[in-house]
Amino acid sequence: MSTTDIAPDEVPSDDQLTMGIDPFERNWMKLSVALLIVFAIAVTVAGFAAGFQLPGAESEVDPRTVATEGRWAEPGVTELGDGKFEAYILAVTWSFSPREIVVPVGAEVDIYVTSPDLQHGFKITDTNVNMQVVPGQVSKLTYTFDDVGEFPYICHEYCGQGHAAMFGTVKVVSEAEYEASKTDTSTDSDETAEADG
Amino acid sequence: MSITERPITESADRSGYDLTPWERKFIGVHLFIAIIALGIGSLIGPLQALEYSNVDVYEKLADWGILQSYYQGLTLHGVLNALVWTTFFIVGFTTFTTIKGLRRPLSYPKINVAGLAVMVVGLVMAAVPMLIDEATVLYTFYAPLKANWAFYVGLTLVVVGSWISGVGFFLTLRDWRKDNKGVRSPFIALGGVINAAMWQIATLGVAVEMLTMLIPWSFGITDYTDPELARTYFWFTGHPLVYFWLLPAYISWYGMLPKQAGGKLFSDSLARLAFWMFLIVSVPVGFHHQFVDPGVPQVWKYIHALLTYSVFFPSMITAFTVIASLEYAARKRGGTGLIGWVRALPWSDPSVASQLLAGILFMFGGIGGLTNASYNVNLVIHNTAWVPGHFHLTVATAVTLSFIGITYWLVPHLAGKQLWSPKTALVQAWTWFVGMVIFSNAMHMLGLLGAPRRTPLGEAPYVPDEWNGHLLRVSIGGTILLVSVILYLVVMYKTFRGPKVDPALVPEAPIAESIRHPQLTPVWLDTFKPWLIAAGVLLLIAYGPQLVDQIMNMNLNAPGTDFQPW
Repeated sequence: MSTTDIAPDEVPSDDQLTMGIDPFERNWMKLSVALLIVFAIAVTVAGFAAGFQLPGAESEVDPRTVATEGRWAEPGVTELGDGKFEAYILAVTWSFSPREIVVPVGAEVDIYVTSPDLQHGFKITDTNVNMQVVPGQVSKLTYTFDDVGEFPYICHEYCGQGHAAMFGTVKVVSEAEYEASKTDTSTDSDETAEADG
Repeated sequence: MSITERPITESADRSGYDLTPWERKFIGVHLFIAIIALGIGSLIGPLQALEYSNVDVYEKLADWGILQSYYQGLTLHGVLNALVWTTFFIVGFTTFTTIKGLRRPLSYPKINVAGLAVMVVGLVMAAVPMLIDEATVLYTFYAPLKANWAFYVGLTLVVVGSWISGVGFFLTLRDWRKDNKGVRSPFIALGGVINAAMWQIATLGVAVEMLTMLIPWSFGITDYTDPELARTYFWFTGHPLVYFWLLPAYISWYGMLPKQAGGKLFSDSLARLAFWMFLIVSVPVGFHHQFVDPGVPQVWKYIHALLTYSVFFPSMITAFTVIASLEYAARKRGGTGLIGWVRALPWSDPSVASQLLAGILFMFGGIGGLTNASYNVNLVIHNTAWVPGHFHLTVATAVTLSFIGITYWLVPHLAGKQLWSPKTALVQAWTWFVGMVIFSNAMHMLGLLGAPRRTPLGEAPYVPDEWNGHLLRVSIGGTILLVSVILYLVVMYKTFRGPKVDPALVPEAPIAESIRHPQLTPVWLDTFKPWLIAAGVLLLIAYGPQLVDQIMNMNLNAPGTDFQPW
């Protein structure tokens, strides 16, 4: 230690009152601050320049009527054209409605989720789509599905006895398969899911 | 059992202070309740871990009418371990550091007795509905999951009781300062009171949530909740809660462990600076638990992300100062080498080994914590198994294994006995460490693969085969931890029931002196006022606008389910 010590009974003078930080520790503190600044810059660039954004304050709904009136009364996917889609998904204790959504590869999907009863979660496996679903609030994220495959969306908030069975699937299909499925009479989005625990 | 090292104060009070029989009992009651809670809660934990490999003990227990479901078990595990064990231990331990640090009795012991009484009443009120499956809402009790009213009132009383005890600590410190003008407050006593002050500020959030929303609703006075506002209230308290757990472990790491290792505290002034920084930046960071919430604008989430980085700074100071203190001790013991000195630490002392192992895992917990706090990186792991993987390194190891290590000297010290079988205690510490490494690593991996937390994955239909190896490791880790918990309970029971021994054989309270005399520490590191003002101002800036907005635009319209969902 660089600073002089005092005897037990000595009263120190004012200029003896210092932090007495060891030079090694001073450097460690500087390094810590530098490291944290680097992290802060990284998340700032990723968030605001590269667009890896979080859900925000989207809009509010009345949980008492959201399942019967308005956009979530008939949940499902709508094609907006230009490769853009919107998906309205209702998280109900203990299932998602619809249980499956089908989009063509490359689709940019605005995903809107809400709940009429309890809090739920919505995470699409292998993507950055991760949202808390809160009654009265609309959770929204936009995601572009660049890979063909099946991506489960899983409820990741405890919502009672049937929580572990609560999931659905995003089916990302080729353009041709998607066109073929559209000509089918039944559409996946009409499937209303009844809770079966 | 007088403290014979150089006095840590300049007062005439140099003789040390032997706890009175009443003080020993009073502190002991806190610890007794804490250890029982840890015991029950931790015996339930492995049931969750085993479920991951399809070993469903809960089915059997439900047949016997003990626990109805995985979720009831999970609720008990979380509440008993994260809330009851921690709070009762911390209030008891802070009573000890206040008395022993200041070398004087509590100024108003009746206040502290009242605090404990209110906590016990609250604990019983909250425990009954949990045990009869009327409060299976987990320890976050997210609205509109509706528990029995007694659960909410009980938890509120536990918090209120801890406030009352906090006032008792503060008044005792105030009286000591009146009698010791110009003398730096002893670190272990000051640290405990700073933690109590931080806790009183932090718990305002959950207090408002309980009193204005959940309690009236659970009584049927109101029909609805605003779940998003409830979340904001909850996480106002929820993150500083982790520092409330952690700071008593830091008190031991800074103020006691160096003495146990045969050394001194490396920097008194930085130890104090770290604690004051925690008072300021522990609270205004709660939105980092709400990164994926709707209803909170991104800008506030971003600001809280940056503030969370700032709360990492005092932990970096702690890492350096504590390791430097240990190195100082190890070199005095003849340790050499860049890293080799570590071997010279008294690893055969179970109290030291527990705390060293806790500290090692805390480094990984800290790195994971940075990931969680990192705004958009959080999207990858939010609400996944990564999160319990993380907090089993922090609260369940850094904090809990440190507290366990403290009880290895504190319980014999209070009871006037010797620790029963230090070897068994050593095995306990190492099995905890090994079990947690396996468990936690597997949970982190599962989280990265997208496995949700709080979910009986053994029965979940969407689990792909690639998760199976990790699920098995969770169960193996949990089983090793079960062994560790049983060993701990045996050591505590045997110690408690053991014979009284010659006072010279009873462990002393290890209170470390600092390398530099604390009187050389600047006065501003021993003054509450500027730090409390700074805490208040930062809180208003970081929480005020969004909180006011959510309260002004409150939508009490979420009724929950019309059936009991568990």
